[in-house]
Amino acid sequence: MAAPAGAAVLSKASFYTVQFLALVSQRVFYGLALLLAVIILNFFLIYLAPGDIADTIAGDMGGATAEVMAQIRADYGLDRPVLEQLAVYLGKMAQLDLGHSFFFNRPVTGLIYERLPATLLLVITAQVVAVLCGTVLGIIAAQKPNGWFSHAVTVTALLGFAAPVFWTGLMFIILFASVFPLFPVAGMMDASLETGFFGRAVDVAHHLVLPVLTLSTIFFASYSRIARASMLDVLGADYVRTARAKGLTERMVVYKHALRNALLPVVTIAGLQFSQIVSGAVLVETVFSWPGLGTLALEAILGRDTPTILGILFFSSLLVVIANILTDLTYRMVDPRIKTGADV
Amino acid sequence: MHYKAIAGWLTTAVAASALSVAPLSAQAAACEKQGGTLVYAVRGTPRHLNPAVQSGIATGVPGTQLFAAPLRFDENWNAQPYLAERWETSDDGLTMTLHLVKGATFHDGQPITSQDVAFSIATVKANHPFKTMFEPVAEVLTPDAHTAVLKLSKPHPALELAMSSQLLSIIPKHIYGDGHDPKKHPRNSENLVGSGAFKLVEFKRGEHIILTRNENYFLPGKPCLDKIVIRIIKDNNARIIALDKGEVHMAAFEAGPTDINRLKKNKNLEVTPRGYSAIGPINWLAFNTARKPMSDKRVRQAIAYAVDRNFITQALLRGTAEVATGPIVPGSPYYNGEVALYDVDLDKANRLLDEAGFPKGSDGTRFGLTVDYIPPVQKSLAEYLKPQLKKIGIGVTVRAAPDFPTWAKRVGGHDFDISWDIVFNWGDPVIGVHRTYLSTNIRKGVIWSNTQGYANPEVDELLDRAGRETDVEKRQALYAEFQKIVADELPVYWTHTLPYHTIYSKKLGNPPLTIWGTSSPLDSLYWK
Repeated sequence: MAAPAGAAVLSKASFYTVQFLALVSQRVFYGLALLLAVIILNFFLIYLAPGDIADTIAGDMGGATAEVMAQIRADYGLDRPVLEQLAVYLGKMAQLDLGHSFFFNRPVTGLIYERLPATLLLVITAQVVAVLCGTVLGIIAAQKPNGWFSHAVTVTALLGFAAPVFWTGLMFIILFASVFPLFPVAGMMDASLETGFFGRAVDVAHHLVLPVLTLSTIFFASYSRIARASMLDVLGADYVRTARAKGLTERMVVYKHALRNALLPVVTIAGLQFSQIVSGAVLVETVFSWPGLGTLALEAILGRDTPTILGILFFSSLLVVIANILTDLTYRMVDPRIKTGADV
Repeated sequence: MHYKAIAGWLTTAVAASALSVAPLSAQAAACEKQGGTLVYAVRGTPRHLNPAVQSGIATGVPGTQLFAAPLRFDENWNAQPYLAERWETSDDGLTMTLHLVKGATFHDGQPITSQDVAFSIATVKANHPFKTMFEPVAEVLTPDAHTAVLKLSKPHPALELAMSSQLLSIIPKHIYGDGHDPKKHPRNSENLVGSGAFKLVEFKRGEHIILTRNENYFLPGKPCLDKIVIRIIKDNNARIIALDKGEVHMAAFEAGPTDINRLKKNKNLEVTPRGYSAIGPINWLAFNTARKPMSDKRVRQAIAYAVDRNFITQALLRGTAEVATGPIVPGSPYYNGEVALYDVDLDKANRLLDEAGFPKGSDGTRFGLTVDYIPPVQKSLAEYLKPQLKKIGIGVTVRAAPDFPTWAKRVGGHDFDISWDIVFNWGDPVIGVHRTYLSTNIRKGVIWSNTQGYANPEVDELLDRAGRETDVEKRQALYAEFQKIVADELPVYWTHTLPYHTIYSKKLGNPPLTIWGTSSPLDSLYWK
């Protein structure tokens, strides 16, 4: 009797596995199609922008002759028909080769890897700071939703969210680097400093403070608002009333019972924010001369450095696609109420 | 005064195969103090660090520290010995002989020989965008390791300037002569072997370039500094604050009037407009003379009479810039200010437009024009034109461009009515001035060629003669005539020189104030 029951369980499990794999391959297929569309769209978008690399190189060099400009275009294949250029590019992409930067004459992959750590350091630190501060303050605020503290948090969050981030950055520079010279103005490290690993770490941390503060002001708003709202929501739930009715202390009710459920939306938002690593940091990186992907993207756009722009866009789309697939799958695994796409 | 200065500069001016040994300059004296690190801020990342195949100031600033040139110039346009300890030019102006410093070596210890000079000239000639610099050099002979003889197809008075600063970097043949395309050579930005006062330690794009003292530099006792950290700070405000609080010790090519005036108040900093006469940046209003109504000289002159140069330099640029009256910068030995000046005269402007056959319509407007500008620096200039030209009945539509390539595409493609523009002199008129006015240089699609479509056979003839005239006074006379003609015909209306300023800590001695400024070796710069 035990055997058929076991078989039934097994077949049910394998049914789910098959369904799950089908879902994964479906999502991956959509992801790849999306990436292809992104590449083609971006390619034409850049092609339509007036001016090309020969114009920027000529501008950079203080002028050039017609022969030099023709040579530059020939060197980079820009004299070929546009569809041929696209075909060549797609061919390279298929071999996972992002090509050579026109402007810096280096492999784009190398340029991206060179800049990625600085961006990751900045964005992840800012996210962590924003999640911690936002959640804690949001939850404290939710306990007295009409108190002065709650209003203060709301106003700060909205101000930080509404102010243009480059302006916030400049204000921080003026205040904390110029008027009160506590932190360095720009860059990621003091290159004139001769020091060991530990000294360098302290140096980088010192340079990191203002950019992180600036970047986290944007994220802080969403986290604190969502934490506050979801805490309020949860505090009104029946099980919390039950907990209170049991005579538990308010502290126990809030931190033991309500908090976990209130945190779910925050975690969701944090996961989604991760996919916006590159786009979020462009302005902050520029203001603080932070040597990350954002400044590279800006340089590449102003320089009409097509392979680098496409490379960065491809890379960030890849992050978005992967993050979306993971979020999608995690949802289904965590919350069985969400049906798999294959069922529908 | 200018004449005296040039006499030393153009050796051919002195009769009979004169041997030119420049006086012992301050540059040759030993350092007053040795050691220390200079933190120098620049705004952009250079493509790479080899000026032989990449022009422009972004590469020039680090490039002239890494690579030496045969000659250098002082503050008064006098050529000075550098890698060439002496040099002479033949009477007919067709031969120049360079005698190199003996015992000079590249950063890898290999000797610097006449072979390297010949190779460098060939590389620059083939790859550098300024074709007029070495175009007359037919061949370079190398009778021995320390002598290079340049044979010219025609006299070429611009040659000495073309052998200074970033225009002729001496690069090692044993590295760059390996068959790679020198423009894309991997060692243009890493493992770089130079000939100059400083060696490359690290080049991190978007972050910094670190240079260290070359212990075996061919000038004994130099350079004075141990290290130069070139920090790339793209944001103007951040760079200015970093200077203000002393995080950065020096910056050049700063052109923001508010920033300049603000830093002048800092008692730890020196702010100077000196050091830019060779770069010679001129701001002008370009007319597309191939289009109506700009094809009529009277229309161009009328616009000139309506644009107030003093308002631009004094009000818009708050006294930080100098008026430019013609195609050659005021600091140049070939500058001539005795030309039509177009002091503001709205009545005359209106009269000229009436005469040209453009009467005011019922709404007070004669015709409309579009104006382009280089973003973002010239935005205020473009906006200034709108009310100003309205006074003489010209309706102005400002065509904004989001970035430089967009603007360059329009103006290079002759797709404009009038446009603000910035063009550099680059030392000698042959290198940076002729290109704008020669009818043979009307090249569609090429920015900073003769984009105005201006053609005057007399001007072509004058420039051709001035380009090969080795007698300084005669050459000055030819350029004076040229300046007079173009100032009358106005293919462009020059308004001012860019307010470039060098800002440096007062604790620095021997700041870079020669005609090439920071685009020359900082080997005698020291910490007091």
